[in-house]
Amino acid sequence: MIRLLTSKWTKVVVFAVCLFPLASLGWKALRGEMGANPVEFITHATGDWTLRFLVITLAITPLRKITRVPQFIRFRRMLGLFAFIYACLHFSTYMVLDKFFDVAEMLKDIQKRRFITVGLAAFVLIIPLAVTSTAAMIRRLGGKRWQLLHRLIYVSAVLGVIHYYWLVKSDVRKPLEYAWMVGLLLAFRLGVWVVDRSRPCGPRSGSSVELPVTAESA
Amino acid sequence: MLIKRAPDLGYTDVTPKDVYLNRRKFLVGIAGAAVTGAAVIGYKKFSRVVSLPAGPVTSPSKLSGVVRGPYRTDEKQNTLNDVTHYNNFYEFGTAKDDPAQNAQKFVTSPWTLTVEGEVSKTRKFSMDEIMKLAPLEQRIYRHRCVEAWSIVVPWIGFPLSVLINLVQPTAKAKFVAFESYYDIGQMPLGPDAGISLPYVEGLRLDEATNPLALLTVGMYDQTLANQDGAPVRIVVPWKYGFKSAKSLVKIKFVDSQPATTWNDANSQEYGFYSNVNPKVDHPRWSQATERRLGEFRKRPTLMFNGYGNQVASLYGGMDLKKYY
Repeated sequence: MIRLLTSKWTKVVVFAVCLFPLASLGWKALRGEMGANPVEFITHATGDWTLRFLVITLAITPLRKITRVPQFIRFRRMLGLFAFIYACLHFSTYMVLDKFFDVAEMLKDIQKRRFITVGLAAFVLIIPLAVTSTAAMIRRLGGKRWQLLHRLIYVSAVLGVIHYYWLVKSDVRKPLEYAWMVGLLLAFRLGVWVVDRSRPCGPRSGSSVELPVTAESA
Repeated sequence: MLIKRAPDLGYTDVTPKDVYLNRRKFLVGIAGAAVTGAAVIGYKKFSRVVSLPAGPVTSPSKLSGVVRGPYRTDEKQNTLNDVTHYNNFYEFGTAKDDPAQNAQKFVTSPWTLTVEGEVSKTRKFSMDEIMKLAPLEQRIYRHRCVEAWSIVVPWIGFPLSVLINLVQPTAKAKFVAFESYYDIGQMPLGPDAGISLPYVEGLRLDEATNPLALLTVGMYDQTLANQDGAPVRIVVPWKYGFKSAKSLVKIKFVDSQPATTWNDANSQEYGFYSNVNPKVDHPRWSQATERRLGEFRKRPTLMFNGYGNQVASLYGGMDLKKYY
């Protein structure tokens, strides 16, 4: 297992798998298999994948702790960046195919439509995370500051779920499924934090700070 | 490198045994909850694929003797394929392509449409009888969904006013209530729709007798597809699509404004009148533009969906922001 996780080829495979939804979308677009409302299809698909990748990224740390295999961390940055890529596509679809770059209309939307306000907030919050994802940036910010900044992913994931919940007409099941998953993943972290605090001698040095091993490059 | 060297550990750094053991229990508990949750969600997802009871399936049949009706827009019609694969018919699932899949085995024959309430006599009509009430005409209507997409559909039917005159509503009849078919056996996804079923709708009597209101039995050159509201529905083209109730089983004449499903589900968002109005936004999205399926750019929405000449007089003096 460890050998598999640390092999450089595994990252290539994971990268290809993460690209698959995008490739599938492109394929469907070319073949006209997006149903009667392709813009809606693309918007929903990219939104769904953004949330899914956010959930998968958030699951890495609990996975590491439960399996006691820290090597899963190698994939967290890639998965997080894919969440960002899908978020960019989702936002671009809205900006280009829905609003046709009509900034005035977009500003009106952001002001008036709550679900767009939180959606935009969720997106804006992960931009600095994408920008500071490189090894150089981790060094520049320093471990503690980087760690603090990247906690924004929790806020972004929650806002993303609220965005979904507030846009559906009546069937709230899928937004609630995501709410469930994000909630559990955050509860896990909360639990770890509570348990760490309850140690009589405080956390062991280095144990509660989650940093990727920066000797890795993408 | 950012891996810090752990300073040498002393005895006081050792995690007390009970904290250590509890921590594992906690993590295992969360993992267990996650797995259970995933299992429940997975089960529910897979149990959505239901096999409906086998029965005589009525696929759309060709309609002959249909005359060209009035009110035919010459805008480009949507394809039958699009109109039968992009549907809001939550009884058969809430995704746009659900009804096409899940309504395949919907049994629409035999069928009874009951007309009751403030009428001279309660009457029950079979589909054969309905088809013979008036010459079938084809009308090409714009159909605008509240979700801000629209289509152009050639419907086949006859004016609802023909049926209304036939049943002779009494002086007490002020509104017409509609009820759609609902049976959990044929519509197992109904409980997940998020709206209460059976689906009910309503019109003011003068709206129902307006020449545009169509008692609809077909589309293109055939009977209605199941997912489009077979075997009989209404089409009220100057209102948002959810007012055009599908698969009707009951028409009731009443003296006060009847309850309607979407108004019950969310009265802030879906009013009784729901006239297409670009100046009155849905609370969560704008109604000023719409996406005509098949078109790339969005187009401006027309007041009363472009049927102002025929229906604006029904609302003279009404504040349409208040009566949305």
